[in-house]
Amino acid sequence: MNRIEELFKKKRNILSIYFTAGFPELKDTVPVIKTLAQGGADMIEIGIPFSDPLADGPVIQQSSELALKNGMTLSLLFDQLNDIRKETAVSNTSLLLMGYLNPVLQFGIAGFCEKAKACGIDGVIIPDLPLDVYLQEYKELFQKAGIKVVFLVTPQTSDERIRLIDKHSEGFIYLVSSASTTGVKGQISEEQLAYFARIRAMKLSNPVLIGFGIADKAGFNKACEYAEGAIIGSAFVKVLGQRNGLTENIKKFISPLRQEMPL
Amino acid sequence: MSYQVNEKGYYGSFGGAFIPEMLFPNVEDLRSRYLTIMESDDFKKEFNSLLRDYVGRPSPLYYASRLSTHHNKEIYLKREDLNHTGAHKINNTLGQILLAKRLGKKRIIAETGAGQHGVAAATVCALMGLECIVYMGEVDIERQAPNVARMKLLGAKVVPALCGSRTLKDATNEAIRDWINNPVETHYIIGSVVGPHPYPDMVARFQSVISEEIRTQLLSKTGKETPDYVIACVGGGSNAAGAFYHFLDEPSVKLIAVEAAGKGIHSGHSAATMVLGKPGIIHGSKTMLMQTEDGQITEPYSISAGLDYPGVGPVHAHLFETGRATFVSATDEEALAAAYLCCRLEGIIPALESAHALAHLDKLKSAPGEIIVLNLSGRGDKDLATYIKHQNL
Ligand SMILES: Cc1ncc(COP(=O)(O)O)c(C=O)c1O
Repeated sequence: MNRIEELFKKKRNILSIYFTAGFPELKDTVPVIKTLAQGGADMIEIGIPFSDPLADGPVIQQSSELALKNGMTLSLLFDQLNDIRKETAVSNTSLLLMGYLNPVLQFGIAGFCEKAKACGIDGVIIPDLPLDVYLQEYKELFQKAGIKVVFLVTPQTSDERIRLIDKHSEGFIYLVSSASTTGVKGQISEEQLAYFARIRAMKLSNPVLIGFGIADKAGFNKACEYAEGAIIGSAFVKVLGQRNGLTENIKKFISPLRQEMPL
Repeated sequence: MSYQVNEKGYYGSFGGAFIPEMLFPNVEDLRSRYLTIMESDDFKKEFNSLLRDYVGRPSPLYYASRLSTHHNKEIYLKREDLNHTGAHKINNTLGQILLAKRLGKKRIIAETGAGQHGVAAATVCALMGLECIVYMGEVDIERQAPNVARMKLLGAKVVPALCGSRTLKDATNEAIRDWINNPVETHYIIGSVVGPHPYPDMVARFQSVISEEIRTQLLSKTGKETPDYVIACVGGGSNAAGAFYHFLDEPSVKLIAVEAAGKGIHSGHSAATMVLGKPGIIHGSKTMLMQTEDGQITEPYSISAGLDYPGVGPVHAHLFETGRATFVSATDEEALAAAYLCCRLEGIIPALESAHALAHLDKLKSAPGEIIVLNLSGRGDKDLATYIKHQNL
């Protein structure tokens, strides 16, 4: 069984962390994954840097720019991830690749699926891959490789379209917490909570993770009241950007998130 | 062979709507309504009357006799430079603002390179009393200062794009991010035949007035509705799309699109997308794209800010692939020389973008008596600093 499916069967309050591969240093990709897994991240989204990240705010934009400057490419990323499943800490962690469509297209979707599978990747998130194009052109390739393709839902997505996305999603649904690019926006508002509650009431067939603007323990706990878990991105990338004491910083960031939740 | 967009939003294998889910409701709303709105009598009436009384259409089709003598060719200039705000861009912004009003939008965002589209957007926002935010690369803000001042005078807010190459591509990224963050009352007026479907088709339709007029004007001047050649410069491709539109299905009309070669196609400083690019995705559209092997979009270069774009509208990728249009290029130097020539021979200071089209006249091998229509997309007021600087060299 795919690790993502297994994870949602066994656990709640799932913590997923996004970071940009090759940031802050080219060689940091694997150490970051290892430290996150050791710290208790259930799922890790490995960002494929892109020159024009349309759905991202300044923090992830800058991390991508730097990663590219460091020399990160998709094929180099696959090289780095080649032995990732040999790391004991990471053997059960769900690993996803997250990135924009163009680098994946240039690599070739078939080759991408093959490489991802060989590295033990469980899923992908490609925000600018439209659902209809996926269904018509690429679904078979991803399915054959056993790679789950995750789609996004936003506050503006109609109920009808949410049902459609639910029907075709595998793994989980990525609930974008507000009409926004990635980045921290302050506390979760009443309006957002009402939206989370609306989605929860739809009783979708896929589990849901809430992402965008989730930055800390309080936000994570709140999100977990409405969904199977949450995704932290920019807030973590900011911490990576501090550079000095990478491992310590990661541990310090993740440990409060993994403390017992108050009832 | 059809050169129009199909019902799925593609021109052959190009086009589509490769957008993140956050943009889906807005783009889908536009897609499902743009044709109905544009074809309604009420829209047509308002659009046509403003094109006439506000923009000053029809723009003249002018027989450039001294330029014709110089090149030993029959050259007509379609005078989009005489439009209000000085370029073809206003045809599109006027259409889109009328559409935005009917979609119930209150806030307008736009991107701009040369500033012509930004000025045209700011102008129609002033006309309609809507808020206007224009994203512009920091580099372009410097090299197109007069247009920045014009936008501000017209009441628009100009926001610098500080990422990447800080030119048109990055301004477009910022505008798209703004739209993601403001999904309800905002309409994004894209400035060319780029972006996700239905933008390329919608913008081409708004610009198609150019070739519609050329047909009637040419008929009254020459007794023939179709020329032998239509020449236009291509950045994103909107003036070319408009100038080609009503000739696409006339195989006798040879269509020539001129890209910016910058310092030379293989100099590493160029914006000649058809030569240097391969299929890829930019700003929600599958099209020819300048990129690295890894799929990173590369930084284009041209002396002209309006041609400084690493992609091209999907309709042009299709015209290129099918061979319906011929894509050529002109360097910075060739464009400057052609601009100076046009100034002296015709008393017309062309925009640097349009000067790239003019530069092709030297190379075009037309037969005697063949009629050439060149779309003079804009005037050169905004480029005076560049012209003066290079003339003194
Ligand atoms: C005068 C003029 N011509 C041409 C262009 C290029 O755009 P397009 O290729 O969409 O016509 C611009 C863009 O700013 C312009 O200002």
